[in-house]
Amino acid sequence: MGAVFKREMRAYFTMPIGYIVIAVMLLLTGMYFSYMCQSSYANITFVFSSISSIALLIAPIITMRLFSEDRKQKVDQALFTAPVKLISIVLGKFFAAISLFMLPLTITLVYQIILSFVADVNWLIYLSDLLGIALMGGAILSIGIFISALTESQMIAGIFGIGVSFFIMQIDYFSSAVNAEWFTKFCTSISFIARFNAFASGKFDFSNVIFFLSVVTLFLYFTHLVLDKKRWA
Amino acid sequence: MIEVKNLSKRYGAHLAVEDASFTISKGEIVGFLGPNGAGKSTIMNILTGYISLTDGTAKIGGFDIVDHPEQAKRHIGYLPEHPPLYMDMTVIEYLNFIYDLKKVKFPKKPHIDEVCKLVSIENVKNRLIKNLSKGYRQRVGVAQALIGNPDVLILDEPTVGLDPKQITQFRNLIEALGKHHTVIVSSHILSEIQAVCKRILIISDGKIVADDTADNLAKNLSSDHTITVRVQGPQAEVEKTLLGIRGVLSVKCLGVVEKGSLDFEIEPEEDADIRKEIFNRMSDRKWPILEFVTEEMSLEKIFLRLTDSKYTTSTKKIAKKEQKEAEEEFSSILDNSYNEEGDK
Repeated sequence: MGAVFKREMRAYFTMPIGYIVIAVMLLLTGMYFSYMCQSSYANITFVFSSISSIALLIAPIITMRLFSEDRKQKVDQALFTAPVKLISIVLGKFFAAISLFMLPLTITLVYQIILSFVADVNWLIYLSDLLGIALMGGAILSIGIFISALTESQMIAGIFGIGVSFFIMQIDYFSSAVNAEWFTKFCTSISFIARFNAFASGKFDFSNVIFFLSVVTLFLYFTHLVLDKKRWA
Repeated sequence: MIEVKNLSKRYGAHLAVEDASFTISKGEIVGFLGPNGAGKSTIMNILTGYISLTDGTAKIGGFDIVDHPEQAKRHIGYLPEHPPLYMDMTVIEYLNFIYDLKKVKFPKKPHIDEVCKLVSIENVKNRLIKNLSKGYRQRVGVAQALIGNPDVLILDEPTVGLDPKQITQFRNLIEALGKHHTVIVSSHILSEIQAVCKRILIISDGKIVADDTADNLAKNLSSDHTITVRVQGPQAEVEKTLLGIRGVLSVKCLGVVEKGSLDFEIEPEEDADIRKEIFNRMSDRKWPILEFVTEEMSLEKIFLRLTDSKYTTSTKKIAKKEQKEAEEEFSSILDNSYNEEGDK
């Protein structure tokens, strides 16, 4: 797992992807932070809520090449014939992806410290924000990794992944579009954004943690299945 | 070291490997020989745990590749047909990655240096793999397989795309590796296999059709041989005289190769030694023999015979015409493959 993690982290920064992701995230967090300062509303949650949907769109860019490119360059033959468990390869890639995802968000700590000089800040809510975005990010990244394992082309994986992210972003709108109670209920129950907002508003609900962790586990397991099935085909 | 029993691999309705069984003991250099698509790579991919098997068992160093994949894989270094390289890494970064991935116990730097030295890639250590030539990439591929010093090396068509000088270097390398490792090499080019392997497994249509040493294969199957003589003399009479010798089945005039002489191909009966008699008869008539060649059935012909379903492996005689055609076909295949390599 360590070897794969190290290799993927290095790859993010030998190719432009890592820098682009970090630059975009830093730009956006900085932008929303400056908006917040102008509106004299001292709550870092505003920054997190604002970038949450954009983070959903960035995730597929982080994950699109993870398995597709390996298969295209046939490096998977080295990975899968090495004396390691398949799941540790999947986990190595997942942790690399989530590390890159969370890296630019650590800048918000600086913002929070700046805020703490001028206003009363709630550190618990900040931690809840951070946890929320990490869990939601993990969920969408694991879906992206699964998609990447399905195809040999990182372009297809990326476009399909962004499509899925877009769909996830729109779920809340669907819920209001159809006038049926069960449908609304269903939509809010699978909505990433709604569950993230619960974290952002400081309402810590353990069911939300379980939801995101289940999505992560499920899709990493699916990834494992897809890779394993290819061997048995 | 390697034990394969009744191995089969099925892709839907297509049977890629059918009931293959063989054992390879420690220190052997074994060649998998067969035409493209015969199932060589499939067997190798199964042995290395990259793909699964449909039926049968495969054991490496006593560990079943399905039941104990990690222990089994620890014994194997694998160079697939297409070397599995990360183009965005330098050679040394990549080898470090493989070292970590395989969880090798040897001290890191000396071990990697040693491997680099063995395949002579020290001078490109710090270059990006995508900037390396095909030959160097192939060597990095071998280095990758050697990391961790595995007992078994499985090399799938290691010389494809290399120039003749590199091919010679590669043969030497494989021979050197064979001193401490069990090596399996695959190729569809016979001379490759013949040059380095003591034992040859001929694979055709997913089946192992022969498993023997190169010499034995040639000996057992070369019961039919022909004699070609170059004689200065009149065609009709020479033919008549030759046919008069006891033990001669047929005589064919091949025409003029050297000015003023004729070539004759003589097919003798099995086990009949007619060379002395030919000499005597020709000298009686004052027709000098300029050349005398006994042709053993070459490994190429054996290979063709075994892998072509038209010919059975029994001692049935191949019709001369068909054999000629087959030879031409084979040499054109060889030419093509060399041309392709040249193009690359």
